[in-house]
Amino acid sequence: MTGSKTIRVLIAKPGLDGHDRGAKVIARALRDSGMEVIYTGLRQTPEQIVEAAIQEDVQVIGLSILSGAHNFLFPRVIELLKEKNAEDILVIGGGVIPEEDIPGLKKAGIKEIFTPGTPTSAIVEFIKNNVKV
Amino acid sequence: MFDKESLSKVSECKQNWEKNTLNKVLSKSPERKDEFLTGSNIEINRLYTELDIQDLDYIEDLGFPGEYPYTRGVYPTMYRGRLWTMRQYAGFGTAEESNKRYKYLLSQGQTGLSVAFDLPTQIGYDSDHPLSKGEVGKVGVAIDSLKDMEILFEGIPLDKVSTSMTINAPAAILLAMYIAIAEKQGITPDKLSGTIQNDILKEYVARGTYIFPPEQSMRLITDIFEYCSAHMPKWNTISISGYHIREAGATAVQEVAFTLANGIAYVEAAIKAGLSVDDFAPRLSFFFNAHNDLLEEVAKFRAARRLWAKIMKEKFKAQNPKSMMLRFHTQTAGSTLTAQQPDNNIVRVTIQALAAVLGGTQSLHTNSRDEALALPTEDSVRIALRTQQIIAYESGVTETVDPLAGSYYVESLTNAIEQKAKEYIEKIEKMGGAPKAIQKGYIQQEIQNSAYNYQMEIEQGKRIVVGVNKFQIQEEQPKDLLKVDPSVGELQEQKIKQLKATRDNLQVNAVLEELKQCAQTDKNLIPIIIKCVKAYCTLGEICDALRAVFGEYKAPINL
Repeated sequence: MTGSKTIRVLIAKPGLDGHDRGAKVIARALRDSGMEVIYTGLRQTPEQIVEAAIQEDVQVIGLSILSGAHNFLFPRVIELLKEKNAEDILVIGGGVIPEEDIPGLKKAGIKEIFTPGTPTSAIVEFIKNNVKV
Repeated sequence: MFDKESLSKVSECKQNWEKNTLNKVLSKSPERKDEFLTGSNIEINRLYTELDIQDLDYIEDLGFPGEYPYTRGVYPTMYRGRLWTMRQYAGFGTAEESNKRYKYLLSQGQTGLSVAFDLPTQIGYDSDHPLSKGEVGKVGVAIDSLKDMEILFEGIPLDKVSTSMTINAPAAILLAMYIAIAEKQGITPDKLSGTIQNDILKEYVARGTYIFPPEQSMRLITDIFEYCSAHMPKWNTISISGYHIREAGATAVQEVAFTLANGIAYVEAAIKAGLSVDDFAPRLSFFFNAHNDLLEEVAKFRAARRLWAKIMKEKFKAQNPKSMMLRFHTQTAGSTLTAQQPDNNIVRVTIQALAAVLGGTQSLHTNSRDEALALPTEDSVRIALRTQQIIAYESGVTETVDPLAGSYYVESLTNAIEQKAKEYIEKIEKMGGAPKAIQKGYIQQEIQNSAYNYQMEIEQGKRIVVGVNKFQIQEEQPKDLLKVDPSVGELQEQKIKQLKATRDNLQVNAVLEELKQCAQTDKNLIPIIIKCVKAYCTLGEICDALRAVFGEYKAPINL
């Protein structure tokens, strides 16, 4: 860290599903790559996620969901960030998300969707390339 | 099992083989890897002979099927007598849609039902709760009240099918609803067969659909044990689940260890609640995962059976042989399915299903090829069911009991898995048992470490996943994925409104109050819960009444 600020990331589980294997593996991989990572735990509402992101002063939010409720919950997070003037936070998502849902999510403001099989290194790289520090 | 003379001869010949045959080949062409490991990091030898299982005592360690220690299976004739129950886990959208899928599956030769509930139902929220938004009907069927349950099983004779319900924190409520609809069909509880998952400990560890704190959750579970031992002799009161522990990243050894450690905790809780072991233990059932490492998985099932039998006999002094039998359901491994080249998943599922059958499973769910992408389509589910049918009717592996017994490798692995799982269980016992080890985050941490190592092995190319980190192609995702109608949420909300406008609300309030009173005593809760569901209290109302008395569980966060 030669002068540059450490990237801070919030890994969040919106919705009700309890599948956090992916979220935890990614949290650890990001931490091992030098980022500071906060994990919200399960069952977070979009309101709680945005609140935590602002309080923790993160540059990135990583949303993980496997329940199929992404089309409702992901755009809601973006909406709330805009309301709080925090739309500069980079929002990415992952989980079981059908390809045909991805354009809509990106249009809503999710910067990238990482589907099953993505190496964690690709996510690290994406964050490093897209966060200004 | 082997005489000394034969062993020393084999040992001598093996040394000669190494010197004269093996080393010549190795000097010219080395093996593919320096080290060969199973998924649980058990080192695999190049070759197994009787030398590797020389301490095995046939009668004591393997015995005969249907007899202690049940290594070879829980029934004397296994699949020669009756095939396993083919049970596809299904449910989505409304009760009407799921009812249609069940009837389709039964018409295709499925022999048991397995109900998937949506997440709000699993966590005890009605469809009109703010947290339910976007989740209603997504991963399973939405059940808000007895009304939905009546529709879900409409036209399905409950004395003819066995029904498994994946429900944990609100298991008592769904069981009560099942009893109530059976009554309407004129069927008494003692005629009902099926399973409720009812395994809260693994929810805290791996699956996440908990509601109440551990102590109160355990009380609900032992209340169910007690009620069913008196009224529902054919009902499996719990399905102690390694499945989700494995999905969360555990190895095969950890799956056995943590599942049986949870099993021990339930037995202890029930004994503490005043039940005697042989009254409830025969109705305990298990639920395991089946992964790709075929022979390690077969060994895992055999080891789990032997270890549980010993625990029940030696630790808990069970007398009834049924208390010592580890009967289990298997589901193939969702976590091994790839979004890439999804048709390859059919092959993975075949290997996994074969492992379950060679391991002596009592029932089986085979995953569908498209489950890394979405809920499965009807076509995909049919292929998954056909996979089981091909194994059952064409492969021939069903024609003798425990066909891999006596394989030097499989027996050696069975020993190794049992030994390593036992070491874990002893460690957990020293911590004060599974609930304590879960509170400390020990079990979660062990699972997370395995999950992380697995992912890193894939990224470093040490572990090959076909289509993901090798043999990739450019491809487009299939277009015909199953979509749950997003209007399900609104539909359920309307149904609740209508229900609340037409039921006897005075009675509803009275029984909910009675439930709260009962929860504060140590009286069995099942009869009053049955009363509540029959009065058409909603699932959310019943859970809220219990939340008011029991409080809610807050999970510790550790990375």
